Amino acid sequence: MDTILQVSSALFLLIGSFLCLSGGVGILRFPDFYTRMHAVGVTETLATTMILIGLILHNPSFMVDLKLLIILLMTLFISPTASHALANAAIHEDMAKQTNSKLNSEATSSKS
Amino acid sequence: MIDIVLLAFLVGVAVAIVYMKDLLAVVMLTGIYSLLSASFFVAMDSVDVAFTEAAVGAGISTLLMLVAITMTGRSEHPERHKPLLALAVVIVTGSLLIYGTLDMPYFGSAEAPIHQHVAPRYINDSMQEIGVPNIVTSVLASYRAFDTFGEVVVIFTAGIGVLALLSVVRRTEDSSKIESFNTSMHEQHLILRVVIKMLIPFILLFAFYVQFHGDFGPGGGFQAGVIFASAIFLYAMLFGMNTTRRVINQSVIKFLAAFGVLLYGSVGVVSLLNGKNFFDYSALSSDPVAGQHLGILLIELGVGLTVASVMVIIFFNFVGRRDISQMKEKKDI
Repeated sequence: MDTILQVSSALFLLIGSFLCLSGGVGILRFPDFYTRMHAVGVTETLATTMILIGLILHNPSFMVDLKLLIILLMTLFISPTASHALANAAIHEDMAKQTNSKLNSEATSSKS
Repeated sequence: MIDIVLLAFLVGVAVAIVYMKDLLAVVMLTGIYSLLSASFFVAMDSVDVAFTEAAVGAGISTLLMLVAITMTGRSEHPERHKPLLALAVVIVTGSLLIYGTLDMPYFGSAEAPIHQHVAPRYINDSMQEIGVPNIVTSVLASYRAFDTFGEVVVIFTAGIGVLALLSVVRRTEDSSKIESFNTSMHEQHLILRVVIKMLIPFILLFAFYVQFHGDFGPGGGFQAGVIFASAIFLYAMLFGMNTTRRVINQSVIKFLAAFGVLLYGSVGVVSLLNGKNFFDYSALSSDPVAGQHLGILLIELGVGLTVASVMVIIFFNFVGRRDISQMKEKKDI
């Protein structure tokens, strides 16, 4: 039982760290904002979930497990919301820019 | 090893802050800097300081600076003067400081004066004298209550300064116009509103936990006040300033900011009147240890009240200023 717990927790932690690393590489390598946000989203939700599950399996004390579980719940609530807010703001900004440039081009064309 | 990595990161972030021209990025980097120093403090086993740094440095001050940037504009002005004199002054001061560290004891040395002087007394006797498991709280709130009182007064003064500089008399016609502006802006964030509405009670609960659990674990009035204020900021950001002004009465907030300092000071005066030293809480009850507990509870409450309400005052006045300047821009257009 003990070895199963240890091995599974190690597995979860490894997967989590791998996802963190891939997210970091993704932020640096992906071409534009939205794909980079995808990388960050993976790191924020899946990787932290994996690491926290690994820690819960690793730790025998009930109180610590409960606290980790609460942290897990909070991350699951907060980080998708934060990603959503970021993406929303980006779309908003893009649209504002496009309309602005349209307006500008229209203004220049009407002048000419 | 982890210390070296964290410190290297800190240096990197600091250099990046100096080179950045975009103020928004600079604010974000200062937040990262605070978070890194918080992790550094955790690595050094000083959880209370790390908690404060994470809550104040990475949380609230980043937010307040962001609000300030929305008022002042985003990019730094290009410099025209020659920085040579400033560089010379910095180099001289820096080398003097480094020269000063040569006399200091080595890092972690047991013979360092700080480990000889009062620290053993705190560690050995604070359990009998104060009876609070978290030594940091007993040092902060009882042994060095006078210092902490000074800190609270500084925060209160900052609040008064912001009030004196930025406070604006709000006319009703103005606020109705701003309201329409606000609602049109906040209609779109449905998901954020739902999630934040769910989270705010937990944030407030956590603030109370930090406030009253400070005797046993890391936490206390400063952190709790900041967390409490951040819940109110979240509410204000998503539901508009006018709703928040209706929820939170400005004059009550101003009263609470002063009341916190008054509560703290009067605890000291009560112990003075009972024939003990200023801030000697054993005078508060027949049992000295129970008196210490009561005193720490009261002054932490005062600290929490003042910090939370001063943060809210600063935020409200910044945002009120910004609203008015935006109104003016709209009128100009």
